[in-house]
Amino acid sequence: MPEPILEIKDLTVEFSTEDGIVHAVTGVSYDLYPGEVLGIVGESGSGKSVSMLSVLGLVPMPPGKIVHGEALFKGDDLVTMPKNKLRDIRGGPMAMIFQDPMTSLNPVLTIGDQISEAIKVHNRGKSDDDVKKRTVELLELVGVPFAERRVEQYPHEFSGGMRQRAMIAMAIANEPTVLVADEPTTALDVTIQAQIVEVLKTAQRETHAAIVLITHDLGLIAELADRVVVMYAGRVVELADVFTIFNSPRHPYTVGLMNSLARVDVDLEWLEPIPGQPPSLITPPSGCAFHPRCAFSQGRAICRTEIPELRKADEGVHLSACHFAEELAVTHVRVGAGAGDGS
Amino acid sequence: MLPFGEEPASVGSPDLTLAYESGVELEARSQWAYARLRFFRHRLAVASLVVLILIGGVAIFAPQLAPYGFDEQDLLNLNAPPTFDDKHLFGTDQLGRDYLSRVIFGVRTSLWVALFVAILSTAIGTAVGSIAGYFGGQVDNLLMRFTDLILTLPGLAVLLTASVFFGSGDPLKVGLILALLFWTGLARIVRGLFLSLREKEFVEAAKAAGASDMRIIVRHMLPNCVGPIVVTMTLLIALAILTEAALSFLGFGIQPPNAALGTLIDSGQEQGLETWWLVTFPGLVIVLIALSINFIGDGLRDALDPTQRRRA
Repeated sequence: MPEPILEIKDLTVEFSTEDGIVHAVTGVSYDLYPGEVLGIVGESGSGKSVSMLSVLGLVPMPPGKIVHGEALFKGDDLVTMPKNKLRDIRGGPMAMIFQDPMTSLNPVLTIGDQISEAIKVHNRGKSDDDVKKRTVELLELVGVPFAERRVEQYPHEFSGGMRQRAMIAMAIANEPTVLVADEPTTALDVTIQAQIVEVLKTAQRETHAAIVLITHDLGLIAELADRVVVMYAGRVVELADVFTIFNSPRHPYTVGLMNSLARVDVDLEWLEPIPGQPPSLITPPSGCAFHPRCAFSQGRAICRTEIPELRKADEGVHLSACHFAEELAVTHVRVGAGAGDGS
Repeated sequence: MLPFGEEPASVGSPDLTLAYESGVELEARSQWAYARLRFFRHRLAVASLVVLILIGGVAIFAPQLAPYGFDEQDLLNLNAPPTFDDKHLFGTDQLGRDYLSRVIFGVRTSLWVALFVAILSTAIGTAVGSIAGYFGGQVDNLLMRFTDLILTLPGLAVLLTASVFFGSGDPLKVGLILALLFWTGLARIVRGLFLSLREKEFVEAAKAAGASDMRIIVRHMLPNCVGPIVVTMTLLIALAILTEAALSFLGFGIQPPNAALGTLIDSGQEQGLETWWLVTFPGLVIVLIALSINFIGDGLRDALDPTQRRRA
């Protein structure tokens, strides 16, 4: 296996609020390998964005705080790195695509200006002509028609899909080695989502960047990701390659996610939602944070008393944080059976 | 799952291609184009702009336009009333100086001071406000308490003391004193704007792109505040003209023989009501300038803030 380009090790991030300390991310570790697409899945508030944003220094501190852990990017720890060095990494070797292209573009600057800005920040010496040429080139790459003309336009003259393309153009402007896409399609309608997925693929082909895809859209994960990290209540609960996650999940939460998924290939009468509410991150449930909602725990004491460790659950690289991961391997058939019941 | 056709959707998007190809030319208008459009619909503002440009032109070309020098005396015509047939359109003052020329040079001085004050105080106010609003916390606290301090000073008393202390008469000094008092309002406005702007996602996006604090303030956030800043600046010009006139009227502003509009009224009122033209003409010009600047400011505010759109 090649060397990981980004290693997040035992990262813990907390927010102090008036109601108490929010344990947004607790002891999270994962690696990112060159050229791969790593999907991070989880509900809102599961810490999937915070784990990335905090190491990039994009979480306001205070109230946020990285309690411990490190994030090694090409061997350098992003957490302890001086601010100005981290700034050079942001938008350079590590770039971000934001969720909502409606609000992530500056309304008073032209699209061209904003992409040029992204280039200029990291290439001070570059002549204006070169920057302009590169801007048009980037817009063409992400499939904005009439790029030559459209660089002069403002965000309000762009449709949602076109804006997201522009955002992607900005992100890949400096040929990043890591591209963090934070819910890149959530704010878009479904047909545009499909186009943006294609643009992301193009972007990756061109830059060979490793992509961290943060989303709660399992369809997007299935389409793009190579490996998947499933997060729940600020912890990694399962980690495996995308086929394994979909075919033989080894954590009840992942199983629940699969069952709550609307699928076009199976005739389902009902979707099975995961019962209950996402847990409070101020006072997380004792033991396994998922146990109050877990259909699988069946009231077993260990689920309430002991926090399960992330451990090897299956052949290959497949980690699960469930006390009974092995048991799931036997019974997981129910996942498919549950889906088949409706037909 | 995402609904895909057999062929992956091509990277080129269809939505705008259609409009271009069908020959419909969509003329792209920038915010500025829209703002211009709205401004020119505001009749009073446009009229005021014309008036102000005329007055400004007179001020710039004062030496060429004034029939006499500002301190040139016509000793045969002391306190001559305004006449159309004679050579003194606005009459003369007690020293026989042509009053039209005095007023023209007065406009020149007053406008110059006002512009200087407006630009300097806008610069200070914008800098203080944006730094306070962007960084927040202790920096914000410190800067804003200082702003409050300046704001609570009794303006006129400070102005009078300062002009005695630093010496008055020099238009530059008067302008400097005014500017150091006038920046507070704008600082608060800009701070407020920055407080809300810094929470915007595009600021976070700029941060994620690796832009430095200074770059984010100047390149990403300030352009979003241009509207309110420009409007406040126009109103500051009007305020500066009036204050400078008041200061000069009280004898602490620009000193004779230099002509400023306030100075003219001051020396005029000493003569009493007999020589009404000495007070009336500079007074009218002050009113005209202040009014038209205020109307322009109003027009700009409506033009630059589309959410406040009223019946045009």
